[in-house]
Amino acid sequence: MSNYRSIFAEGLWRNNVVLSQCLALCPLLAVTSSATNGLGLGLATLAVMVCANLLASVFQPAISRAVRIPINILMIATLVTLTDLVLNAWMHSLHKVLGLFIPLIVTNCAILGRVESFASKQPALPAVADGVAMGLGFTWVLVVLGGFREILGSGTLFADASLLLGSHFEFLEITVIPNYRGLLLMILPPGGFLILGFMLMAQRQWQRWLEARQHRLQGEQSCA
Amino acid sequence: MLPCIQNHLDKIRDYTSYQSASLAAATGLATGLLLLISQVTAPAIAMRQYEDQQMALALVMPVARYSNDLIATSTNWRVDGRQYQLFTASDNGAASGYVVETEASGYAGPIKLMIGLDEQLQIIGVRVLSHAETPGLGDKIEVAKHDWITSFDGLSLTNTPENQWAVKKDGGEFDQFSGATITPRAVVNRVHQALLDLESLAHAKASEGESS
Repeated sequence: MSNYRSIFAEGLWRNNVVLSQCLALCPLLAVTSSATNGLGLGLATLAVMVCANLLASVFQPAISRAVRIPINILMIATLVTLTDLVLNAWMHSLHKVLGLFIPLIVTNCAILGRVESFASKQPALPAVADGVAMGLGFTWVLVVLGGFREILGSGTLFADASLLLGSHFEFLEITVIPNYRGLLLMILPPGGFLILGFMLMAQRQWQRWLEARQHRLQGEQSCA
Repeated sequence: MLPCIQNHLDKIRDYTSYQSASLAAATGLATGLLLLISQVTAPAIAMRQYEDQQMALALVMPVARYSNDLIATSTNWRVDGRQYQLFTASDNGAASGYVVETEASGYAGPIKLMIGLDEQLQIIGVRVLSHAETPGLGDKIEVAKHDWITSFDGLSLTNTPENQWAVKKDGGEFDQFSGATITPRAVVNRVHQALLDLESLAHAKASEGESS
């Protein structure tokens, strides 16, 4: 059980795809002009990550190390294309929102990274758990980053969320700053880099503070 | 996995022939799966695209104005490298309007336009289907952001002189947006060009009709 807890702690914070591994920055910066976009890409990535981890774990005995990378890339690209087709056919309104971003999932090195460093060496269940944890970790960062950019850039939060999640989620759509003229910089790519930089800084500072505290506590214990 | 299979796999995994065979098998499997799913989803996707197109047409051509299957009348047509898709509306056999789909080249890539016209080539409405213009500046061409695009409503080549088909900065009658002139200029020019091309097409058709 503690094993699963540490898998989730790793995925959500300690070894977060974006904040500590600095992977997947290309799709991250491209889509996070709003919180809704971030959520959409995050969920799609989560789904692909779980499937990819599961397949990699199940087929690991059959795959020779020499050809594992082409096989893994092929597997991920196939999963992404399948997701694209299925969404287009049966969840069309979602596809219209996400359509542009789905092919970007292939360029997400985080998926290949997890398959390579974790899933292909683990039994199926922990591999799936790792996919969920890493996917959720990626999703929350995307949503926070998108949220900041959206509030600063256009004064709204979760605009068009009902297109993505269905009409039950209209309550999420908030106008944070009414009659806001917008800060264009935040919507354009530099805004993504800026906010990501601040998030990385906050994460590092927090980590440093934690370490310092632990150090102090240990010092007090040894004195006593 | 079963231990005996596991042992067997461990033995053969390092052979080059096994590696190439497994790569081939994976590729085959992926291809098969993709073929299957694309076959299964093809009709549904075609249906969705049809619905999308119908919705786009309805933006500029009120359903009450025609009784034919508008999408079935789609023809592609090209003038001097300008690409158009033309839909001809008719109501009980009499021509009742046209819808033209075309692309303007905007500030950041193509702007897909849908132009609805009545049988006198007077504009019913213009809508932008897709674009990549700068958010907050050029994207005011979207009807959801600004009512600029409705300034085309009711215009035609006869009621608007040639030199008025331009943004105000160029001496015409269309507003530009502060900080973004290229986008509205591209849209205005393209709509005007489409009207001119459509008119010459109509003339060509009429003279063809007379001669035959």
